[in-house]
Parts: sequence; C-alpha cells; structure tokens
Amino acid sequence: MSETVKLNYTVDGDDFLAAGTASSDVKRVLRQLGFGSDIIRKVSIAMYEGEINMVIHADGGSVEVEILDDRIKVILADRGPGIPDVEKAMSEGFSTAPEEIRDLGFGAGMGLPNMKKYTDEFYLETEVGVGTTVTMVVYAA
Amino acid sequence: MKRCPTEAIRVRAGKAYIISERCIDCGECIRTCQHRAKKVNADEFDVMDGFKWKIALPAPSFYGQFEGVKDINTILTALKLIGFDDVFEVSRAAELVSYLSQKAVKELRNKLDGPVISSACPAVVRLIRVRYPQLCGNVLPINEPMVIAARMARAEAVKKTGLKPEEIGTFFITPCPAKVTAAKAPLGIEDTQVSGVLPASKVYTKVLSVLRKAAENTELLAASGRIGVSWAMGGGETAGLLNKNTLRAHSIEHVIKVLDELDNEKMQNLDFVELGACPGGCVGGVLHVANPFAAEAKLKELRSYLPLTGRPVDEDRDYSDFYLEKTLEFEPVYKLADDRVKAIEKQRAINRLQECLPGLDCGICGSPSCRAFAEDVINGKAEEGDCIVRISDELRKLPLSPEELRHLIPLPFRHREPSE
Repeated sequence: MSETVKLNYTVDGDDFLAAGTASSDVKRVLRQLGFGSDIIRKVSIAMYEGEINMVIHADGGSVEVEILDDRIKVILADRGPGIPDVEKAMSEGFSTAPEEIRDLGFGAGMGLPNMKKYTDEFYLETEVGVGTTVTMVVYAA
Repeated sequence: MKRCPTEAIRVRAGKAYIISERCIDCGECIRTCQHRAKKVNADEFDVMDGFKWKIALPAPSFYGQFEGVKDINTILTALKLIGFDDVFEVSRAAELVSYLSQKAVKELRNKLDGPVISSACPAVVRLIRVRYPQLCGNVLPINEPMVIAARMARAEAVKKTGLKPEEIGTFFITPCPAKVTAAKAPLGIEDTQVSGVLPASKVYTKVLSVLRKAAENTELLAASGRIGVSWAMGGGETAGLLNKNTLRAHSIEHVIKVLDELDNEKMQNLDFVELGACPGGCVGGVLHVANPFAAEAKLKELRSYLPLTGRPVDEDRDYSDFYLEKTLEFEPVYKLADDRVKAIEKQRAINRLQECLPGLDCGICGSPSCRAFAEDVINGKAEEGDCIVRISDELRKLPLSPEELRHLIPLPFRHREPSE
C-alpha cells in the first residue's frame, strides 16, 4: 500500500467563523499534491457541508482526512444528538436546522444529499444520543 | 514577509527576496514595508526616447491626485507640457469595456453556475491563476482598459500622423506594480501594445510643476464621461454594467475572502463580482501620492462636471479583437512534485517536521510561517537548524549555566527550558 498523508482537525461548535477552515486547509494541501480542480472541488464541498452540519447540529466534532495517491477519505465524527430518521435526513430539502440558522442562509436541507452527491463512497453511522460518523471517499484515479 | 498574500517573500541574509512565480504584483509589500525594502520595476522616462509620437495613457485615478484642479483638461494639458505629443484617456477605453461587458457578462454568466469575475485588476487575475483553479473560467475574457487604450491610441495616431505603428509610443501612467507586469508579461494575449509604464508618483511631480501654466492655457482634450472616470474607484466598474446583482470588494484580504467563498460555491446567485487588490480601488494604488479617500472625493467632484459617457462606441465596429485570446489557465506554483506519490511523500515529511516546530510563526527563520518553513526545508530551500527553537536546543547542549542560557534564548522560546 502506498503512503498516506493524514490530516486531523477539530471543528468548534457554535462558531460559524471557524466552519470551513478545515476544508480550506485540505484544499490547500490537495493543490500542493497536484490533484485536479474537479477532485478538489468535490472533496472541499462535501467536507464543508459536513463541517457546517457539525456546527449546526452537533456542537462541533472532529475531521480526519486521509490522502492517498488514488483517493481521498474524509471521516467526520461528532458526539451530537444523532439522526433518528436517516432516510428522511438524506432527502433533499429536509432540514431540522433552527429558524435563526436558516435566516443565515444555512439549513436548506442540502447538506447530507450534497455530501453524498459529491463523493464516490458515502457511509453514515448514527445512534440517537451518541453521535454520527460520516465517511466519504472521493476517487482520484 | 508575513503580509504577502501568496507567501512569496523569504528573508535570507538580512534581505527580502521574492519567489517570482508566486508573486502576483499586488504591491502589499510596498505598502507595508516602512523600510522601503521593495520597489516597483517600472520604466524611467528615457523609455520614451526613440519614438516619434509619444502618447500618455493616464489611468483615471491619476486625476484624483491634484487638490486644486477643477478640470480634467488641465491635467491632460499638463501631460502635453511635460513632453507627450498627445494624451489618450484610459477612462475612454474603460467606457468601451463597460459597454462590451454588458453583453459579455450575460453571455458568460449563462454558461456558469456562479458570477463572472472582473478582469480589470491584474493582481486579482494572477491570484486566481495561482490559487483558484476552479474560478479561472469565471474571469471576464475582455482585455483590461489599459491594453484597449494603448491599441486605440496607436490606431488613432497612425491615422492622425501618418507615422508607422512602431514609431508611435504609448505610455501608461500606472497607479500600481500589477499594471507594470500586465503590460510587459500579459496573460491571455501576446502583445499589449503598451510601449512603457511610468509610475504615477514620478509623473505626478513633473505634472505638478506645470499645472499653473496648463491652467492658464487649457486645451480641450478630455473625451470620457462619468462612467469611464468612475473606474478609478471601487464600484465604478459595476456601475457601468447597469446590473444591480453585483458585488464589489477591494483590498487584497477582502478579495481573498470573497474568492474563498466563491470557491466554496457560495454567492452563486450574483451575476458579476468586481475585485481590486488596493483599498478603495485604483485610487488606493501604492504608486499614488494622494490619500486614497481624498483622491476619491476629488474624483467625485471632477466627474460631476462630465457627461454620463464620452460615447466611445462605434456601432459598426466589431470589437472581438478586444477580447482575450486565451482563457485563464491555472498555474500550479505550490505543487510539491509532478509525481503524486512523491508529492505525498514530501507532504508527510512536511507534516512530521511541522509537528516539531513551535507554531508561533515568528518569522525569524526567514519564512512567513512554521508551515511555510517546513515546506521550504523539505523543498531544500532552508535547513531544519534555521529554526530558532532548533538553535535553542543546540545552545542547551553547551556547557552554560541556566543563567547564561537565559540570556541567549529569546523570551518566547524559554518555556522549553526544563528548569522553568
């Protein structure tokens, strides 16, 4: 197996200003590694949506990124409330974001659907009261 | 060094060097450095020698530099008094760009998911080129007003004088270093037809000395209107578009924030984004003498005497030659290696080294941050021992008393001493 670059980030809850810093940094590293702009776009958008989700719903969490020469794996883990109805959460336009968050232009119900749409592999593990872990893989072959 | 938005500056042996492929010519280092360590590579006045007909191309922001002047014609007359045979206002070309953009923005916008980005500020265009591969296609494919002014001025002068095109010199009076590079090493076209670029600060002194004489006997030379002159200020370009669904941001840090958002596919509902590297627009250029806010106030006064437009458009002319020949191409200047496996190997080494660095971004090593230093080491541009923390470690090995060590190790790094 080839070598991997591992990057770890903590996402603070309740801090919209900090949301997006991790995906920006990953974007910078992917550029340095010479990945194409379409790959960078997929990874950064999916990851940014995940970061925002963690800020809105889960009071923050952690992001682990593994970069291999042929794929990029992003694991977003939080200790938030969990998702009671995954199917519903995965449908476009469904959102449980509070009113004031929607007023900011977030919570359009596209977070999880976009994360799935922009990645080649998407796994969601969740348990109510325990937390949610999303694993996404983007192929770069 | 730390203010450079593209991390292009390194300090070696007491001098600041620029990694040229990273430099976007924004002028931030010139603006920031109190020691005047960085200067602009513009031309001297002797660049005009040898041309039979010399035309001044003043940027509209130049008009805002002279406090007592009430009429743009006075400044243009003064330019003729200091040795130019004629003047061609860049604001005239700007009006033409406004006209062409009205259609071009709509056309390009229909093909994109997000807004069209202005091509007027060369520093912004170069920033997009090295940092935002996704946004390269959003840049308006029309030449900036300077280039169009040079072409129009030369074509008109050929008709007027009967001289050959190469005997006619076009000299842009620049507010910033970005235009110097844009004139000499353009992106998207082969030749700008700009013969020389003179810094506004130097032309200012010459013009000032003949202003009174120019006011006594003023020629009517001004040919542009409010739309063209307003390009000197933030919002001028968008105003000329006659489209309200636009955004404008000036100064490099605000530009970067907007581009980051666009890169994250935010603000996708906008039609056009006007971005400029200098605060307040071109009036904030580092080569301008007057305070940018005073210059803006002056320009607002001067433009109030002007018609809305100088009507530069020839309805019968096809302006396709004013479009860029090539779309902007991403330039991967930060790439660690061409081979991805090698790049990953390097990145791992960078991450490992970065973990051992203090993370204070003190800059003593000559790199702008600990991360940049780690990259420099792995790229063979610096040595691990150049970090002050590493030097402190070496010092600790010497047979010195804790008291002597205290004096040798700078305060921010002393906490690493086991005795404290």
